[in-house]
Amino acid sequence: MLNSVRLLGARTLESVQALGRAHVFLAQTLIGMGSAVRRFSLVMQQLHASGVKTLSIILVSGLFVGMVLALQGYNTLVQFGAEESLGVVVALTLVRELGPVVTGLLFAGRAGSALTAEIGLMKSTEQLSGLEMMAIDPFQRIFAPRLLAGFLSLPMLAAMFSAVGVLGGHLVGVELLGVDVGAYWSQMQSAVSFSSDVLTGLIKAVVFGLVVTWIAIFEGADCVPTPEGVASATTRTVVKSSLAVLGLDFLLTAVMFSV
Amino acid sequence: MNVRTLETLVGFFMLLFFIAMFILAMKVSNLASLTGGSGYEVTAYFENIGGLKPRAPVSASGVRVGQVSKIEYDAETFQAKVTLNIDNDYQEFPIDTSASIYTAGLLGEQYIGLDPGGEEEYLADGDEFELTQSALVLERLIGRVLVNQ
Amino acid sequence: MSDPHSTLVKIRDLHFSRGSKAIFKGLNADIPRGKITTILGPSGTGKTTLLKLIGGQEKPSAGQIDVDGLHVAALSRRDLYSLRKRMGMLFQSGALLTDLNVFDNVAFPLREHTKLPESLIHKLVLMRLHAVGLRGARDLMPAELSGGMARRAALARALVMDPMMIMYDEPFTGQDPISMGVLLELIRTVNQALGLTSLIVSHDLGESLSISDHVIVISEGKVVESGSPEALQNSESAWVQQFLNGRPDGPVPFQLSAPDYAADLASHEERLDA
Repeated sequence: MLNSVRLLGARTLESVQALGRAHVFLAQTLIGMGSAVRRFSLVMQQLHASGVKTLSIILVSGLFVGMVLALQGYNTLVQFGAEESLGVVVALTLVRELGPVVTGLLFAGRAGSALTAEIGLMKSTEQLSGLEMMAIDPFQRIFAPRLLAGFLSLPMLAAMFSAVGVLGGHLVGVELLGVDVGAYWSQMQSAVSFSSDVLTGLIKAVVFGLVVTWIAIFEGADCVPTPEGVASATTRTVVKSSLAVLGLDFLLTAVMFSV
Repeated sequence: MNVRTLETLVGFFMLLFFIAMFILAMKVSNLASLTGGSGYEVTAYFENIGGLKPRAPVSASGVRVGQVSKIEYDAETFQAKVTLNIDNDYQEFPIDTSASIYTAGLLGEQYIGLDPGGEEEYLADGDEFELTQSALVLERLIGRVLVNQ
Repeated sequence: MSDPHSTLVKIRDLHFSRGSKAIFKGLNADIPRGKITTILGPSGTGKTTLLKLIGGQEKPSAGQIDVDGLHVAALSRRDLYSLRKRMGMLFQSGALLTDLNVFDNVAFPLREHTKLPESLIHKLVLMRLHAVGLRGARDLMPAELSGGMARRAALARALVMDPMMIMYDEPFTGQDPISMGVLLELIRTVNQALGLTSLIVSHDLGESLSISDHVIVISEGKVVESGSPEALQNSESAWVQQFLNGRPDGPVPFQLSAPDYAADLASHEERLDA
């Protein structure tokens, strides 16, 4: 009994310490951001690694999610004779919620895990120590460009996800189920607001991009430098960043859409 | 990977993002119609507009011809003053055209339907609909049925 | 020995602990300038940690390390980084950047720290690669190199900034006889030709002793013996003799400390009886 209490205390203390380390790490990375912006070719490489490589999975999932939304939405709306509003349902769901959230989850699985594995490997093969001994700051050279690229690419991917999803909804709703094409797009246009729906959705995606990339880089840099350590850090990245995306989504929705 | 391929791929990625933003801004949301202004404005007074909202579609024979740009309450006539923005493509509405507030489907959103009259003169910017029909408010309708019985 | 002109690294009363485990307990050592010094000790005595302390990657809990007259732990970040530009370190795995080929790896410090034109970088890199015999491997990726080749490439990278000293972390571990011979020869010639200071951390006795001018043996967080390789062979310390000759039993017991053997064997039955 006493042992389990002691264990609980130790675990709690450890988590609090890790949280502190993660924030110090973020601060150091943000300080290194200035030099990352000056050397944009580094950010460019990372945009390729985290953005371009995640593109295909995002486009395919976006298309399918849009198609399913149209199918489900149509079945419900047709009972009220309101199938003309299908475009509104599909677009609002994608732009406000599913676009940023599903992109965040997929990004955590695809780019986040890859980032953790890459940095964990750099740590376990002494590349990070090597950089420090060559008088090169890993925060400026390695972490900051990756954080910036993740922060930029997630909102871009979320926008593409939503756009492709709306087109997928058009495929199923208009081409397959016979909703009037004019009604699909015009009702959508009159109900979706650029500033309060599209932009707020993108704000969510920006926050997710920062948090997911931060978790991924930190877990990589903080891992135990062994093959097992890198493997478990990669798992932790996916679990923690998925939870962070879903939790933050609730908070951000409550703050931005409650008015 | 050499620098040129990398730049091409990232450029392609950015291009896709711009296309996506264009679709979201111009096709999915109302940004196009807000900044558009490519139409003429006609006002209409209604006793009751029900659930009509700005940006609601304006249609004639079911075809979208414009949208509601502004809704105000006119304290002099005690009526709702609705400003309609009709696209420039649809210039020739006779001046005795009537504007009615309809509901799309049973629970759908409300829109304004235009029924053209027979005059030779056409509506122009700043004109007013003389014939209007207010929204059908369900409670009033039920009330009227009960009283008539 | 304490002449400041002949001593490059001066370690005084160094204490360092990781968690609750004390790794160094009052270590004193001097690394002479322009010589090859080997630090010997059994695995797990913190030899790599000592290199990290000298490079300023770790901070001692007490004591002082001076490199070229600079108090490492008290340096500002900027000064520490400029000191590190004058130090090279060869990690056990080579620590080459996996996404760059050999040429770009060697060119990396030059491109990061200098604004030299690409044509000059090309010449400097090829000169270093030629010195380690890897000019023909310039387009290979680190994953395609053998362990020995990776260390040679890393040596070329460490040399490219013309350091005043190079630290080698276990350079001989896991090498076949040929690449071992190559590395030994490289360390010796590099030291002579460039007049730099070499500090080797190792537990491979024969190889290290054959090229060293000065040997420091550490154990249990302290220096046990130091001097020339010959002086070490004649050391009177039983521990040093056990270490040098690789005897399985001696001051370092074969058995880890445990309860009495007979009692331990019987204990299971006792537990059953109880």
